[in-house]
Amino acid sequence: MAESQHYVLHVNGMPHEVGDAWVGESLLYVLRERLGLTGSKGACEQGECGSCSVLIDGELICSCLVLAASATDQEIVTIEGIAPVGSPTDVQDAFVEFGAVQCGFCTPGLIMAAHALLERTPQPSETEIREELSGNICRCTGYGRIIEAVQRVAVSRTDQR
Amino acid sequence: MTVLVATTLNEALELLSAEPDAMVLAGGTDAMVEINMGHRRPEGVVAVGRIPELRTWSYNAESATLRIGAAVTYGELESDPFVRWVPALSQAARTVGSPQIRHAATLGGNVATCSPAGDGLPVLAALEATVHLVSLDGSRSIQFSDFMTGPKRTALWPGELIESVSLPVFSGWQGYAKVGVRNAMVISNAGACLVVDDVGGVRIALGSVGPTILRCAEAESFAVSVVDVQGGSVAESDAQEFGRLVASAAQPIDDHRSTAAYRRHAIEVLARRLLRRAFPNG
Amino acid sequence: MSTATREGVVRGRLGDSPPRPDGVAKVQGSFAFSGDLSADGFLWGATLRSPHPYARIVRIDVTPAWRIDGVAAIVTAEDVPGKLTYGLISSDQPVFASDVVRYVGEPIAAVAADHPETCRRALAAIVVEYEVLAPLTDPERAIDGSHPPIHALGNLIRHQRIVTGDQSLVGEVVVEGTYELGMQDQAFLGLEAALALPDPGGAGVELFVATQWLHEDRTQIAACLDLAPDKVRLTLGGVGGAFGAREDISLQVHTCLLALRTGRPVRLAYSREESFLGHVHRHPARIWMRHHATEQGVIQRIEARMVFDGGAYASTSSAVLINAVTHAQGPYKCVNAIVDGYAVRTNNLPCGAMRGFGVVQACFAHEGQMDKLAATCGLDPVEIRLLNAMETGDALITGQVIENVAPVAECIRRTAALPLPTEPVGGRDGNPLHLPGGAGLTADVSHIRRGIGWGVAIKNLMYSEGFDDFSTARCRLADGVASLKFATSEVGQGFVVLAPQIARSVLGVDDVLLEPIDTTIGSAGSTSASRQTWMSGGAIDGACRLVRERMFEHVGARNDIDPVRLAIDGRDIVDTMGSFRVSVVEATAGLAFEETFEHHHRPTEELDENGQGNCHTAFVFVAHRAVVDVDPELGLVKVVQIATAQDVGVALNPMSVMGQIEGGIAQGLGLAVMEEIVLTDGLVRNASFTDYLLPTMLDMPTVVATMIEIPDPMAPLGAKGVGEPPCISSTPAIVAAIRDAIGRDLSRVPVRPADICLP
Repeated sequence: MAESQHYVLHVNGMPHEVGDAWVGESLLYVLRERLGLTGSKGACEQGECGSCSVLIDGELICSCLVLAASATDQEIVTIEGIAPVGSPTDVQDAFVEFGAVQCGFCTPGLIMAAHALLERTPQPSETEIREELSGNICRCTGYGRIIEAVQRVAVSRTDQR
Repeated sequence: MTVLVATTLNEALELLSAEPDAMVLAGGTDAMVEINMGHRRPEGVVAVGRIPELRTWSYNAESATLRIGAAVTYGELESDPFVRWVPALSQAARTVGSPQIRHAATLGGNVATCSPAGDGLPVLAALEATVHLVSLDGSRSIQFSDFMTGPKRTALWPGELIESVSLPVFSGWQGYAKVGVRNAMVISNAGACLVVDDVGGVRIALGSVGPTILRCAEAESFAVSVVDVQGGSVAESDAQEFGRLVASAAQPIDDHRSTAAYRRHAIEVLARRLLRRAFPNG
Repeated sequence: MSTATREGVVRGRLGDSPPRPDGVAKVQGSFAFSGDLSADGFLWGATLRSPHPYARIVRIDVTPAWRIDGVAAIVTAEDVPGKLTYGLISSDQPVFASDVVRYVGEPIAAVAADHPETCRRALAAIVVEYEVLAPLTDPERAIDGSHPPIHALGNLIRHQRIVTGDQSLVGEVVVEGTYELGMQDQAFLGLEAALALPDPGGAGVELFVATQWLHEDRTQIAACLDLAPDKVRLTLGGVGGAFGAREDISLQVHTCLLALRTGRPVRLAYSREESFLGHVHRHPARIWMRHHATEQGVIQRIEARMVFDGGAYASTSSAVLINAVTHAQGPYKCVNAIVDGYAVRTNNLPCGAMRGFGVVQACFAHEGQMDKLAATCGLDPVEIRLLNAMETGDALITGQVIENVAPVAECIRRTAALPLPTEPVGGRDGNPLHLPGGAGLTADVSHIRRGIGWGVAIKNLMYSEGFDDFSTARCRLADGVASLKFATSEVGQGFVVLAPQIARSVLGVDDVLLEPIDTTIGSAGSTSASRQTWMSGGAIDGACRLVRERMFEHVGARNDIDPVRLAIDGRDIVDTMGSFRVSVVEATAGLAFEETFEHHHRPTEELDENGQGNCHTAFVFVAHRAVVDVDPELGLVKVVQIATAQDVGVALNPMSVMGQIEGGIAQGLGLAVMEEIVLTDGLVRNASFTDYLLPTMLDMPTVVATMIEIPDPMAPLGAKGVGEPPCISSTPAIVAAIRDAIGRDLSRVPVRPADICLP
């Protein structure tokens, strides 16, 4: 590629050098194809499905709509940075236990969104869950088990307090 | 193509001056769609989303004016203090895309894209917002209605950047309503903002029913003549006439999202309901 | 990909709801979907598509694309070494168009290059000169012959009649209507993607792909590549949903061709826009129906005409049509009928399989008719349906007798018994999200009207019309650990959790390993037609039972017990007539038993010219009741609740069944109120998720569901397929509820706001 650029991204607490990249690449593309972090998924490339959700400086963002080369000096957290492989979080456990996962393609984005929601609103009402997760399309589950999983986590976190 | 992540306004303006064709990137929610779809291949990009001057807002109590930096996000506009000062803008903000989109999308980006379906734009038009533009050559301020010159067309000059938008803070009722086919994350098929200003005026601005955001002078003066501001009331028949006048001012089109007939009908209903909300008694 | 997946922590037998073995990987983002797969030195592939619905190709010049740095291969129809066409039933679809393009998005060429952006530039550089032709977009013109053939095989894909009983009967009550359905997209989230690895010297190819049917893909790919089937090896790449759209070939041949041409691994992945163009959709349909009944509302005769737009290529259109015409009566008794069905070729997007497969269309029509009949006869929607409900032993209008458990009346009664929502319109907390229009603040509570509607469905299971449908599975039991091998596509439905449950139940083992899903074993058939629990479940069950017999023979011989006396009790083998007991782990220490089993369902027949014959394998039933809030003046809808009772046979994994019920209802809701690919003169207007709207969490209501568990003696595990019924009668139920709310007829889905509020 003629128009390429070098830059550094801070992903999951680590600096990652991105070299020789076409500058039009989205953060989603760079995460998946250059950094090998394929947990973030792409299904629409226009911010209409939420599968690519990551945290950027603590905010839930569609990584497909971030120009990677502009995300320098920001803290990016992906699904891989939420918990080590084999040690799922309470949200991840609940998704598996309560049937919130079918094909699983939307799941990483929903896990990111659910964590962000529970961080901001530890005791969400069902309507708050629906609104805050309304940017994450799931085509398999009809959402019922996902809502239940999030509610279970909220309850169990309260019980532990 | 080069990417500059500007950290000061000046830095951004210098690059824009040197490369007037460079694409300004704020939240990225419009610009990146164009790049991802291959519709746009800009020569240069200047990212302005993290310029501190553009990330701030200020309230001038004396003039009762709110100035909102161009890179303030819709997520921020959804909540305090904007809910208290410009509730219609907060209502519009809550309808922008998804939560993820609102965390990224900026007021300045919405203004710069200037789509007739831009969710915040009817609010700016109804409030008669001023758009503050800045370039290396200086700055200028322009009424929103003069800024938007057509669908996705603006009065922005090469090398110029949207610095902020200022809005009056009124004490009267204001509200926003938007019709889409889905109950979340949907593009507007018809949207309206109704504002009661501090001198007894009623203003209404319409989105998605014309090439630009439309104001409805005839409907507005009719409203002023029939509402009881003191008693907060309007007769149902007058509200209906108001709706009809608004609908007759609309210039909707048929497209894959809706039809001109439906849009004209919907804007009539929205206008009537907004006026009844503003003057609920009687 | 060659090591088996360890499965040991999972406990769960049939009837339990153990966690999915792929669950942790999916929630952690480490599960490899087909689009996540990569290989050293791979190239990116991309597809050049027609911008015209119908045009003659005058000239293709690829030379400008060769001048772009990084381009490694460009292939067109000239480069296809074998058969130039493919197709599931009729091989009528070109690998690449060479002389004519017949739909927007039809592939013309494919490229391989070092970066997706290089691919985009190469595609843009290929010159294709077209002579644009007037497209055939009206299905009626394909039927009446007024448009010249757009394909050598003609414009009529299939015409099928059903004629039975007394054709002169005129009912005391006659109701009729014309019903239309728009084109729905499966819209799975995991876009089409594949990775092809060429064998040295181009002797063969290995393909990792997201598909519903590995073996059928292999047969079609091998023919196009002119390779022996064993030279084409397929492994299932992680599948991000399917719903019918992965039954046909899309990028498979192109990817392999590019890999063989370059001698390098090639990854090809579709964008969302391409996905809308690059797979088949649910058939748009226009259905006219007239019902004759007694004054009391008993159905006496049905007349129907059904027109299904198959788009440019046949795909499974003929089978979809058969499902539609044979389900015209719905789950209701009827002995006299005349049905005419047409599946036609047009220059619209090709249509084929989608969840519900022809029955969705038929059901929308017959349920609209039932409500009309109820209104005319002064009955309510429940009464009319109970009055006519089909039972085991009744015959369909094809003459086929329903031998399955047929709890139609029970589905209706149990649904009616489920509680209605207690929340008033607008909820109790004043949150605008409870109202139609939501955060758009379009309505106040006073603007809203609530409606209730019903839908009931019958759906066939498995394949029809004489197809020898089977599934293969292998079970190996060694040292108390079972491993299972099958080629059943896991597309999200959860066969990977069910298969170990079967093995645990049959063999009394805890540990079950799953081997890779690939073509190194016999076919499992397609993950479609609600068939894998029955077919592959039956195959796993059969293989495990054979292994158990071998184990019993061995234990019996060793302990001098007649093997027929042995049984599994928990984790032990026990003598049912004595005190002998040994654990399976102990009994199989140092031993290995391995058996392969093919499960075939009973044979079916083709329909004759009058549409008579035992063409279907088995049937399932379901009822839905919808509660919706409607803003009649703006035409906006919020579905408040769906209640459903579904005939499941046995719920082998209740949580998975619930997931299928809720997920299917979401798709039914989408068709009812928002999902449609909009075509104008063959051009697609909304090939994106911005404009093709899918239900969000704020659109999906609470589902209250009950499962009717009457084990079906015909089913290997007593369990019926559960995937399709939820999306069939949920659509008419929602539309009926909207009609109820606004007091106005609606005959087209998706229901658009203007359909509700404008004249």
